Order: sequence, then C-alpha cells, then structure tokens
Amino acid sequence: MSTHYDVIVIGAGVTGLSSAWWLARDGLRVLVLDKGVVGAEASSRNGGGASHYQSPLFAEEQRLWPMMDDLLGYPTEHRAERIIISTDRHEFDHYNYIGDMCVAMGWPVDKIDGDTARAMVPIAGDNCLGGIHLRFGGHANPQRTVQAYAWALQDLGGRIIQHCPVSAIETTGGDVSAVVTPRGRFSCGALVVAAGPQIAGLLAPIGIEVPLMAGRAEMIVTEPAPLMALGGVDGNGLYGRQTLRGNLAFGGGPHEWIDTDPAGPRARPTTPLSRSLARRVAELFPRAAHLNVIRSWAGIVENTPDGRPILDRLGNLVIATMSGVGFGLSPATGHAVRDLVVDGTCSFADIAKLNLARFAGIDPGWRASAGWLPLEA
Amino acid sequence: MTRVHDSHAIDGKIAPPDEMFDVVVIGAGSAGLAAALTAARAGRQVTLIDEHPVAPALIGSDVPLWFGGRASAAVQAPERLIETLVETEPLIAEAFEAGIDVRLGTTAWGLWRNRDGSAALPAAMLGLAAEGRSSTAGFGTLILATGARDCALHFAGWDQPGVMGALAFQTLVLRYQAFAGRRVVVLGSGDLALETAAVAREAGIEVAALIEVRDAVQGELAVSTGVPVLTARAGVRAEGGLDGVERVIVVAPDGAETVIACDSVIMAIDSVPAIELAEVGGAGVTTVTRRGGVVIAADGPQVLPGVWLAGAAAGHCPTRVAALADGAAVASAALGQGGVVPPVEGGFDRMAYRADWLRALVAHSPDTTPVCQCEEVSRADLIGVQPPGYLPRPEPMQARSLETLLHDGPPDAEQVKRLTRAGMGLCQGRRCREQISLLLAMAANLPPQAAPRGNWRVPVRPLPLGVMADWDHAARMDAGWDVWFGIDTQWIPYQDIGTEAEQRHLSELGGNMHL
Repeated sequence: MSTHYDVIVIGAGVTGLSSAWWLARDGLRVLVLDKGVVGAEASSRNGGGASHYQSPLFAEEQRLWPMMDDLLGYPTEHRAERIIISTDRHEFDHYNYIGDMCVAMGWPVDKIDGDTARAMVPIAGDNCLGGIHLRFGGHANPQRTVQAYAWALQDLGGRIIQHCPVSAIETTGGDVSAVVTPRGRFSCGALVVAAGPQIAGLLAPIGIEVPLMAGRAEMIVTEPAPLMALGGVDGNGLYGRQTLRGNLAFGGGPHEWIDTDPAGPRARPTTPLSRSLARRVAELFPRAAHLNVIRSWAGIVENTPDGRPILDRLGNLVIATMSGVGFGLSPATGHAVRDLVVDGTCSFADIAKLNLARFAGIDPGWRASAGWLPLEA
Repeated sequence: MTRVHDSHAIDGKIAPPDEMFDVVVIGAGSAGLAAALTAARAGRQVTLIDEHPVAPALIGSDVPLWFGGRASAAVQAPERLIETLVETEPLIAEAFEAGIDVRLGTTAWGLWRNRDGSAALPAAMLGLAAEGRSSTAGFGTLILATGARDCALHFAGWDQPGVMGALAFQTLVLRYQAFAGRRVVVLGSGDLALETAAVAREAGIEVAALIEVRDAVQGELAVSTGVPVLTARAGVRAEGGLDGVERVIVVAPDGAETVIACDSVIMAIDSVPAIELAEVGGAGVTTVTRRGGVVIAADGPQVLPGVWLAGAAAGHCPTRVAALADGAAVASAALGQGGVVPPVEGGFDRMAYRADWLRALVAHSPDTTPVCQCEEVSRADLIGVQPPGYLPRPEPMQARSLETLLHDGPPDAEQVKRLTRAGMGLCQGRRCREQISLLLAMAANLPPQAAPRGNWRVPVRPLPLGVMADWDHAARMDAGWDVWFGIDTQWIPYQDIGTEAEQRHLSELGGNMHL
C-alpha cells in the first residue's frame, strides 16, 4: 500500500508544522508524521521568546507575527516588545552593548534607567539598574502557537498522523521517494525533515550526516502575578515571559548534554536547578518573591556545533533544525522551508550560511572536543 | 583522554544534599508513624517528616486537601496547632520517645534522582521546606507514607466556601480541631462517607443527610444512628450566600427536589492515592480502578531504588488498623527484616463509582459550571477545548472541540490542559484532575481505566520563589551560568558571520547574547 503526498514533513514541532502550513497554503498535498503528539517536545516547552535579531529570518518573523492570529485563525497570545533589566553592572553593560548592536542593525532600542524599568516592571526591585527596552521582538504562547499551526494546517486539508515514527527513508536515484512507518509506506515528491534531535538518526541511513547534540534545559512557572503592561521581561541570566494569565515562566542556566534515542526522549526529568532558577527569578523580581512556584519542567533541545540553524535543500530533501532557537522564528522558518521546497531558494532572505555543507568534514569527535558529552550514569 | 569541560553545562554543579538521612519517612499518618516506629525499634536513625500543620495560605488554596474555606481561625496559629497535632495523635509522642527526629510543619515538595534523561545529581535527594527556607536531603531508605488526597467532582454551586473534601474535613476535625461548620451534608455512602459521618457525629457536628446516587448504601461500615441516607438520588446542587453554603438541593429521579439546610457539603465519594513524590521521582504510573485511579506501577512496596511506598498512598489500607500494619510491614521489608504481606485488594470499583456520581452531577448542572476553579474553566470550555476568556475565539477556534482533537488520536490530558488551562492553577489541579480525566474519558467513550492521566511536576506543593530559592550554593551554580546553551557563535548577527565584526562581538560578549 502506498499513499502519495506532494510533501511529507517529519516532525510535528513548531518548525515542521509551520513548514507544512506554508506548503499547504500553496495548495500542496501535505502529510506531517510524528513519533508522538503535536508539539510535545521543545516546541511547547520553551520560553516563547520572539526577538532573535541575529537570524536572517528575523525581519520576516517580525513582519509576520502581528498577523499570525489572523493568518492561522487561532490565538497565539503574541505580544510585541521586550525589556531586559539588570541587577548588576556587568550585565547592564553587556546588554547595552547588545542594544547598540541591535540599533546598528536598524532595530530600535531604548536605554532605560532603574526608575523607568521599575515603572514598566512593577515587580522589579530597588536592585534594578535599568536596562534596554526593545521596541521590537516579543513573545507568544508556545503551546497555543504549535497547536494553532496544526489546526490551521488541517483547515487547509493537510494531514497529521501522530504516534507514527518514521523507520526508514527510501531514495530513488538520489532523491527521496518514500518514508516507511508502522502505518504503512507513504511516497512523496519532497521530504522535509524537521524532527529536532531525531534528525541525525533519520538521515544517517541515507548517507547524510547532520552534526547535532541534544541537551536538556529546565524552566519554572509561578502562580499569576498582576498583569504587567509588557510581559516579555528578561535579565539576571534568565529568559521568559509573563503569560497573559499572569504566570511568570522562566528558564536559564546550565543544560545537560544527553544521548538521543531514535524514539525520542524517554523522560524529561528536572533537577534541583529549579531552586537556582527560583533564586534568580526572586532576585530579578524581588516584589514577586512571595509568589508560589507551581510547576517545573524540562525540554530536550538539539544544537548544531556552531549553534546556528541548518536550513538547506539537498535534491528533494529539506533539512530544518533551528538549533534550539526555533519557536520565535517559526513563522518565517516555515516560509523559508516552503520557498526551499517549492522554488529551491529562499525568496526573502539570504540563508546560504545556514547550509549543511559548512560542517562537511567535521571531526567525528567534535562533541568530545567541545565538551558536549553526556554525563556518566 | 581528559574530558573537555563545557563550563555552561550542569556537570558537577548540583550541590550534594544539605543533610543525609538514614531512614526518612514522609507522612505522619498511621502508616508513616508505624513505619517510623518500626525502623526506630530496629535501631535505625529515623526522621519523620509531616507537612501538618499546613500554612494558612495553603489551606486557603485547598492544598494539600480540599479544605473548602471551612478552617477556623485556629489554623492561623501554627505553633498552637503543633501542640494539637501531638495531643490528637498519641503515636507522635511515642515517636518522640523512640528517639525519632520528628519534623512537623515540614513539606517534602520534591524528589530528584538520576534516571533516563539526567545523570547530574551527586545523589538522590528530597526537596524540603520549613519555616520559610528550603533545603535538600539525601537518604538511605525513603518510605513514602503520603496518604491520600480528596477527590473533587463539580456540581452547581461547588465553587463556594463550605464545599470540601472528606479528608480535609476529617483532618480539620480530628487533627487540627479547627472545623468551622456545624451542620453538614455528606455526598456518598461508601466507607469513606460512613466514616466521615461518624467522625462528625463524634465531634458533635450535625449530619443532616448522606446522599447517594446509587440504589443502596455502598459501604460496609455501619451508618451512624439517626443519620438519614437518601439513596437513588439523581443529582445535587448547593446554594448559599456570602459565607458560602446555606443549603443543598437534592433532586430525585422524578425531578422532585428536597432542600436541606447545612453550612458545609462534604464530598466523600472517594479519595485519591497521594503519589506525587513517587511520580516526580521517576516511578511509573498505572490506573487501577479498585485502588482509586492513578497509582504507582510496581510489583511491591519498593517503587524505586531505596524508595518504598506504604499505606493509602499505594491505594489500599482504608482503615487505620490496615495502615498501621502496612506501615510496619513495609518498614520491615525496607530494612531487610521481613517479607511483605501483599495487601488485600479491595473489591469495590472506585472509579466506576466516581463515574456514576459524575454522570449524575453533570446531568444536573449547566455546562457553564466551572470544572477548574483556579483558572475558571467551565465544563463546556473544557470539552470544547476553548481558550480562556482573555483570548479571542475566532470562528475556526470555536469550531474546534475535543471531538475534533480525537480525530488526531486518543485524548491527551496534558494537551487539553495546555489549551484550556484547566488544571494549571495554584491548587496544581488537586480539585480537578480526577474529574477532567473522567470527563475526557466519557467524551471519548473510553472506560475509566483508560482515562487520560495528567502528571505531577516539582514542586508538588506550591512553594514561594523566595522559599524554593537556593540561597546557599550560588557560587557553585553561577560559574558558567548562561541564559541559554552558552554557544557564543549562536548569537552573531547573520551578516557579521565570517567578518571582522564577528570577532569583535565574540570577544566583547562571549556566549551570553540571548534575547
């Protein structure tokens, strides 16, 4: 039995689903396969930030985010702008340098003093030195957004099959012709592999080496605080956001390198690192130190050796990993993947430096050289 | 070859436990006390930890039990309550005499172990909190005797003071002597309800009625004399005023209504094994309807290396006698001094009973009734998988529902939770997770044992940021602290890659450029 699709996407995370949605908007017949359920991994376990100035996709991301609720038809909880506040001089100078860098790139930044910061972030304390107010960027709700992509894709006739791991990719004359799953064999005109940490294991059997290493990162969330005018507040070594409900969701700090399993992570445990996160949130927001922490969680994130995405087309195969910075850029990533699949090249940005070839001939021991190795159990 | 060190990784940064216990027992109920005393008498150093008396703010949030706003002002004075707790449980005095390090008012809110996905810990450890500080503790043997918690089901008027759980009621009456009501209606007629009525009567609290949706009394204990039992009822609702419940309206199958004046409604339909610590420690879970729903999956009382589960937390031992025996037996087994007598499995299908009640309550309440009180999620919005009121509901959103989600696969409690926010509130889903699970199963035509499960996360009790915070090990953890993975090349503006500017940014900023 074989069922044919114009494009098959492996991975129902935020990158795969955005790509599938963009492709379906072109009228293509799209199938998304996932080993588990929609957005169950890092796509729904991140800080929701959307301010990644360094990316060539960023301008397109900024253009798209304000429209995403309307384009998708579902709420994403997107909010514009961010503030980064500092409680120590070194960090203050550090972020001011970044502010200058952003201004040089054409992204407006206001430098703010402690009083201005406290007026904008009422839960900040006397220890706040001020910081930078990004008049760009923003944040959204990762869980809502990933589900919104999935639903919007289905509304366009796209198909998602959950609990359907791909066991093999078949090629004919150098091009991908089909994928094999427990639910049968599906043939395709093009394949997008956006399976996060599982990308390397999926592509190695067809001779494509993708250097990736997975890491585990942790977050905590509090009960709701009074809603601030601007929910995207970072600083003190933390990233995060105040949700529209008022909860403070923050992460940061050391990661743990872990081995990946083709079936995906078996568990996503947290550690007492959550106590250090609590301390830093309490330092950043002294007037919120009484708020209860109600949950902690961990996500598994894949990284390339230089931390930059791989967005590349090889024949009729497109590889898409955002190297741990995928959520905020996702509206534009999907657009870029659509362009790569349909037109062979990205229409709105130069993404040539994100090719896979930059890692050609990489030392097989690169993980050990970087210290990116799992701990001995 | 020497291992290259990634200074931004967690390697070696988690501090060893602040203290080490030989034998530590969590929960000073019957099973926990028996376990602690057994271990102490076997010559072991024993620490017995219990969260009671719970901070007044938590009681107000219905944590860990469903107190329903019916605690008296006595809970505002925890030091007095400690005396009361000791007076009302003679075995606590015995524990002190046996040399046990008894720590009341101490919360065990976390359990971390190295396992699949993490090897960062120098040892397995508990997260503890007392007197506004948290700490960690390692252990040789950990016995979890965390008991049970209340099972809440929604009905019209359940979201007002005076509607509460049977275990909270018994705790306030028996252990805290701090119950603020006088006349109660008990929902249910199983042993938990019959015991609850007896506790009320013994304390001089009037029991206006026991209400049952099934045709006959379900429990084996005797019905307290003079307590009316209304069986074969079709539904209930509660009405009241500013201070909460003032009356319960009981609906007969023919629609006839009986009004019963009362100040409290005690839901005594079922309780739920308190598995939180074992689950966050990595123990697998399974659903066993006769043991009260989600329980730890294990062949015996040892649920993890060095971790044992005793008493009601395992989903059996409904009586004090059984819990005392189980606690002692589990402690003996944990210390290698005796085999475990397998507990007798109850014959009563608790989840089927819960489901019968829930169906009746659903049939007699509007679908605008909140299911999750913290996040104000109605039953209609839960089953419609609709977002909270502060978000827009465009047409495509309104067209979505659990039914459309079921086209993608079996119901997923975590997914529904994220979309609706039901269960995401301050009570950590204590008042709604069992009913959400059953409602999703009913909507998907699944039997109760296949009901989708939510999970527990650390901290298993709400814990203020400033209390949870590790203020002692900052230097160790701060070395190499980075917002994200500390990969310096990750944050270089694209156009600067491969230019002189890249080198300038790298030397100026290092890895920490995350926005």
